[in-house]
Amino acid sequence: MLPVFQQFVQNPFPEFFAQAGSENLSQLVLEFLRSHVPFLATLPDPVLQLIAMLAVCVIFVAVVPLLPLFLVLAERKVSAHIQDRVGPMRVGPHGVLQTLADGVKLIFKEDHIPRQGDKILFIVAPYIIFACSFAVFAAIPFGKSILVSNLNIGIFYIMAISSVVVIGVIMAGWASNSKWSLLGALRSAAQIVSYEIPIGLSILAVVMLVESLKMQDIVMNQGGLGILSWIVFRTPFTFIAFFVFFISAIAEVNRTPFDLPEAESELVAGFHTEYSGMRFALFFIAEYANMFAVSAIAATLFLGGWKGIIPGYEFLGGTPGFVIKTMLLVFVMMWIRWTLPRLRVDQLMNLCWKYLIPISFFNILGIGIWVLIFQNDRNPAHIGISLLIIILGIIGAYLVLGKRSSQSPAPRASSA
Amino acid sequence: MDLDFANVLIFLVVGCVFVLLNLTVSRLLQTRLFTEEKYIPYECGEDPVGDTRIKFNARFYIIALIFLIFDVEIVFLFPWGVVFREIGVLAFVEMVIFIAILLVGLAYVWVKGDLEWIRSIQSGSKESEVQ
Repeated sequence: MLPVFQQFVQNPFPEFFAQAGSENLSQLVLEFLRSHVPFLATLPDPVLQLIAMLAVCVIFVAVVPLLPLFLVLAERKVSAHIQDRVGPMRVGPHGVLQTLADGVKLIFKEDHIPRQGDKILFIVAPYIIFACSFAVFAAIPFGKSILVSNLNIGIFYIMAISSVVVIGVIMAGWASNSKWSLLGALRSAAQIVSYEIPIGLSILAVVMLVESLKMQDIVMNQGGLGILSWIVFRTPFTFIAFFVFFISAIAEVNRTPFDLPEAESELVAGFHTEYSGMRFALFFIAEYANMFAVSAIAATLFLGGWKGIIPGYEFLGGTPGFVIKTMLLVFVMMWIRWTLPRLRVDQLMNLCWKYLIPISFFNILGIGIWVLIFQNDRNPAHIGISLLIIILGIIGAYLVLGKRSSQSPAPRASSA
Repeated sequence: MDLDFANVLIFLVVGCVFVLLNLTVSRLLQTRLFTEEKYIPYECGEDPVGDTRIKFNARFYIIALIFLIFDVEIVFLFPWGVVFREIGVLAFVEMVIFIAILLVGLAYVWVKGDLEWIRSIQSGSKESEVQ
């Protein structure tokens, strides 16, 4: 037992995974099937390929819905400890089985379809939302070969498929035949489409440096110098782009402080007010899966993906490292949720159109100039200059903004 | 390469199958009780008032239109971003002009006040005061 455990610690993935020259998971499974399952090896190649691809997909469809199971509990525990409570404690040790119990409850709940609503759209909406948030996982690289498919337009595909979710949201809101749902859906749609622009422009900033849309190329570009070669620190502009991306990502997945579409005090539950039982649970799963996906994309684009922190060592690298980075970003999202109050609609739109979008355009121009001046942005000297500018910028921002906030409370707050 | 997108198709299909499976299992397990009240749209416990497909703020349309313009432009920017380094200064200058035109558009929308969410309510209340 012990040697097996030791081997797992040293090399979490079996030798087969480590030495295989395959690019993605389905090739990996294909090789595994060919070498380890003799009766399948006799099948024609395309059939075997299809089986491998289906197998990979089934693994994902089993794992992705488990994410919310963990994330919801994490969210409740994090919120509890931030507010000096203990959170769920009854079901299982320290309440670890709480979400499972909730899930079982939701399966047994009656789900009904509003009679006056648009029945077809009402039924189709969860399919679109879930399938699209699930399909995002097809392009996220979890490791060197732990990747479903290295699409040639990887990051662009992710942008495209994640914006299809809006259609599902509008369908759900319209079909529900409820005022809350309709208003929630419209707000949600306006918010998601608005914040898609800063997200797109921040991604473009990365693409300009990497010169490729492939997710794996983006990760590969961030290797060599460990943490210094991460795109966040590469230029001062990508540093800003990371924050623009992360803020917009929080808005994109409709989380506090941007959760206006689901503002409980105004709109009951937003676009899924009329959904109950398992249909509601599927929206919930999609929401948390989205949250994980968005953090994973941020980690891939800006924080080195599955590349480690120290050059030459696999410390915080590989799939475990990638998951740690992603979970850290998810934790920050939760932290923000329980720290900041909800914005108003006008503040939300102002932040997007008057701050984030001009900033992202400025970033694009900045990176263009940076690349033209320095040519090779992976040169350690240039990264050094960039780090210096970032540090000076942070100190400067602290001095300017710190002074302003200590002088007087915001005028709006005093007048309100 | 073709198989890359076959993967995506399989993901979409299996995602839908997962939803169907869950809903079917739930359907088999749940108890269904018919009550008239359950099918009334939720409006905080009151009987619903008027049509549920209410008029909504026209700003949503304007935001959607502005989004359309900017999103299409981002689609144009991506191919440029990939080849930008190979072409160099010329590509950069061209794209600066392109972005400048779009920024003029953003400035126009801004000046026109279409980015202000509150404005319509304020001007509306002024009109009602006059009346």
